[in-house]
Amino acid sequence: MTAASPAAGDRFLLDRRDFSAFLTSIRTAGYRIVGPTVRDGAIVYGDIQAESDLPIGWTERQDAGRYRLERRSDQALFGYVVGPHSWKKYLFPSHERLWTATRDGPTFAVISEPSDPTPLAFLGVRACELAALKITDKVFMGGIPDPSYSARRTRVLRVAVQCGQAGGTCFCVSMGTGPGVTSDYDLSLTEILTEGRHEFLVAVGTEAGGSVLRSVPLRPPTDEADRTVTAIVAHTASSMGRSMDPTGLRDLLLSNPDHPRWERVAKRCLSCTNCTMACPTCFCHTTEEVPSLDAEKTERWRRWDSCFNLEFTKLHATPVRASSSSRYRQWLTHKLGSWHDQFGTSGCVGCGRCITWCPVAIDITEEVAALRVPPPAPTPGGGH
Amino acid sequence: MVPRPRLAVWKFASCDGCQLTMLDCEDELLAVANAVEIANFREASSAVVEGPYDLSLVEGSITTPEDAARIREVRAQSRTLVTIGACATAGGIQALRNFGNVEEFQRVVYARPDFIATLAASTAIRDHVAVDFELRGCPINKAQLLEVVSAFLTRRAPNVPTESVCVECKRRGNVCVVVARGTPCLGPVTQTGCGAICPAYHRGCYGCFGPMDSPNTASLIRNLGYLGMAPDAVRRVFRTYNADAPAFRAAGDSVGGEGAGG
Ligand code: SF4
Ligand code: SF4
Ligand code: SF4
Ligand code: SF4
Repeated sequence: MTAASPAAGDRFLLDRRDFSAFLTSIRTAGYRIVGPTVRDGAIVYGDIQAESDLPIGWTERQDAGRYRLERRSDQALFGYVVGPHSWKKYLFPSHERLWTATRDGPTFAVISEPSDPTPLAFLGVRACELAALKITDKVFMGGIPDPSYSARRTRVLRVAVQCGQAGGTCFCVSMGTGPGVTSDYDLSLTEILTEGRHEFLVAVGTEAGGSVLRSVPLRPPTDEADRTVTAIVAHTASSMGRSMDPTGLRDLLLSNPDHPRWERVAKRCLSCTNCTMACPTCFCHTTEEVPSLDAEKTERWRRWDSCFNLEFTKLHATPVRASSSSRYRQWLTHKLGSWHDQFGTSGCVGCGRCITWCPVAIDITEEVAALRVPPPAPTPGGGH
Repeated sequence: MVPRPRLAVWKFASCDGCQLTMLDCEDELLAVANAVEIANFREASSAVVEGPYDLSLVEGSITTPEDAARIREVRAQSRTLVTIGACATAGGIQALRNFGNVEEFQRVVYARPDFIATLAASTAIRDHVAVDFELRGCPINKAQLLEVVSAFLTRRAPNVPTESVCVECKRRGNVCVVVARGTPCLGPVTQTGCGAICPAYHRGCYGCFGPMDSPNTASLIRNLGYLGMAPDAVRRVFRTYNADAPAFRAAGDSVGGEGAGG
C-alpha cells in the first residue's frame, strides 16, 4: 500500500484475519466503535472493543412478533440482519438532558448540556439503515439543526455492510432502499465467505472512510470478488421475507381515513408503542421539566414518545386521538403518507422492525395490502 | 419565615412497603424534610402532630369498619390527599377476597371467627373519600413519589405518565421477552413507572402498576393464550396486586375455564 489515503471510489479486499487490524485502525483514528453484539437473546447495538464482541457465527430467525437467535454453520461476522435497536439511539438518545436552569436572584441562568466530543464509528450499517439515517438527518438537521443530534451526527463514520441474506420481515427492495449499498456511506463492506475463503470487499465512499484504512493491510480487488459480491446482493434481494407495493402509497393513505381496516387492526393493537420505538425513523418525543425539591434548579429532558400514547395526543388535556384505531391510522398515515409532504420521502425504509417487535404480530405490509382493498359500498336498508 | 407545608403519612391495610420506599429516599429525604414539616409519619418517627395537614399520603386499602371511619377523618384533616401504592389505589393483593367469600375464609382460618370484624371487600381509598392524586405501584417508585411531593410543593400537576411499560422497556434498550423468548408479559397493558425492571431480567411484567390508560386486555389475552398460557393461568396473572382495578378485574372475569367468575 502507498502512504496516500485511499480515496472515494477506491475498492480493496480485506482478509478476514486482518479484520482486527481494521478495527484497531478505526479506533486509532479516534472513534468509539459501536455495532452489533449478542445480548439478552438478540443482536443489539453496543460497544465493540474487539472483533470477538461481534455476533460471530450467529444469525436469527424473524417473523411477525417473533425473533430467535440461531447458530450459523459458519463463522460469518455479519451473517444476520437488523435487531431491536437502531442507530437512532446514539444520535437521538431515548432520554436526554437538554439543559439545566438555576435560580439566580430574581432571574435564572441556563446551563447548556455539554456534548461528548468522541466521534462514533457505526460498524455494520445496513442499506435500509443508511436510508433511515438520511431521513432522520432531514428531520433533525433539515431546517434549524437540532444541536445535540447534529453535534453527534456530523462526527459519525458510517461503516456499511451489504446484507448477505434477508431477514424474515425485511422488505427494503419494495421501498427501494437496499439491500445494495450505493450511497451515503463512508466505507462499505461485503462479506465473502465460501469454501476456504473469508474476506471482505471494501468500497471507500468518502475521504473520512479512506483515512481509517491507511494502516490496514489491503489487496486490490479481483473480478471474481466483484462477481461474487454482485451475486450476494442479488441473492439477498431475491429472498426478502416481506414485500409491500409502494405505488401511490401517499394517496392511498391520505384518501382512506374511514377504511374499515383501521377498526380491525385496533382490535389487535395494544397501543404499546413497540413499533415506533423500534422504528429507525420514528422521532416523536416529549420534553419534560424536572425541578428539584427546593425549586432552585430545573432540568429539561427529552424522551422518546409515540403517537400510540394516549397522553401524547392531548391538546389542552383532551386527547385528539382518543381511539386506538385513530392512533394506528395516525402512525401509518404519517409514515407512508404525509411524511412525503413533510420531508419529501417515505418514512418507511422497509427494515421490518415494527413487524418483528410487535408483541401481537401486526404487520405493516399486511395492513397496507388490506387498505388497498376498497371498503365495501354501504348497503342501503341495513341488512343484518 | 413562611411555615413549611405539613405532611402526614397514613397507613391502612398494607405491608408498609410503600412507606419504606419513602424512607429509602435517603439522599432526598433531607430535602423533603427541609421543604415540608413531617408532622405524622409513624414509620419514621413516633412524634405525632395534630392536624390539619397540607399533604396526606395514604398507604393501604380499607378492610375494616374502623378504617372506613378513620379515612374520613384523615380526609377531613387534609387539604390534599394522595394515595400511594396498589393497596390504596386498587385494593391491593388483599382484594382477592373480593372474588371469594369472606365469611367462609373466616370460618376456615380462625378458631374464633366471631372475634374478627372485617368488611366483605378490600377497597380503594377512592371508594370512600375524594382523592386528589393516585400514585400507582406495588411498591411505588421512589422517583415518582418525589415527583408528586415536588409537584405539590410547586403547585403544578405531577408528571406521572400513564402509558405502557413497553415504552420504558424500549427506551432502556431491553430486548422484548415476548418476541425474543416467547415469555408472557403484562407490559403492554400495564402502566409504566417501575422502569421496566422485570423484562430487564428476562421476566415478563407482573402488572404491579395496574392498568395503563388505554389497555387492550382482550388482545393481550389472545397473545397470552398463543404463548401457551391456559385460561386459569391467564386469569391468575390479572388477579394479583391490582386484581380489583376495573380493567384487570374485567380482564380476569372475561377468561373462561375453571374458577371463573366470583
Ligand atoms: S415503519 Fe417498520 S419497516 Fe418501516 S422503517 Fe419503520 S420499523 Fe422499519
Ligand atoms: S431490509 Fe434490506 S438492507 Fe435492511 S437488513 Fe433487511 S436485507 Fe438488509
Ligand atoms: S402495532 Fe403492535 S407494536 Fe405497534 S402499538 Fe400496536 S401492538 Fe404495539
Ligand atoms: S418485554 Fe414486555 S414490557 Fe418489554 S416491550 Fe416486551 S411486552 Fe413490552
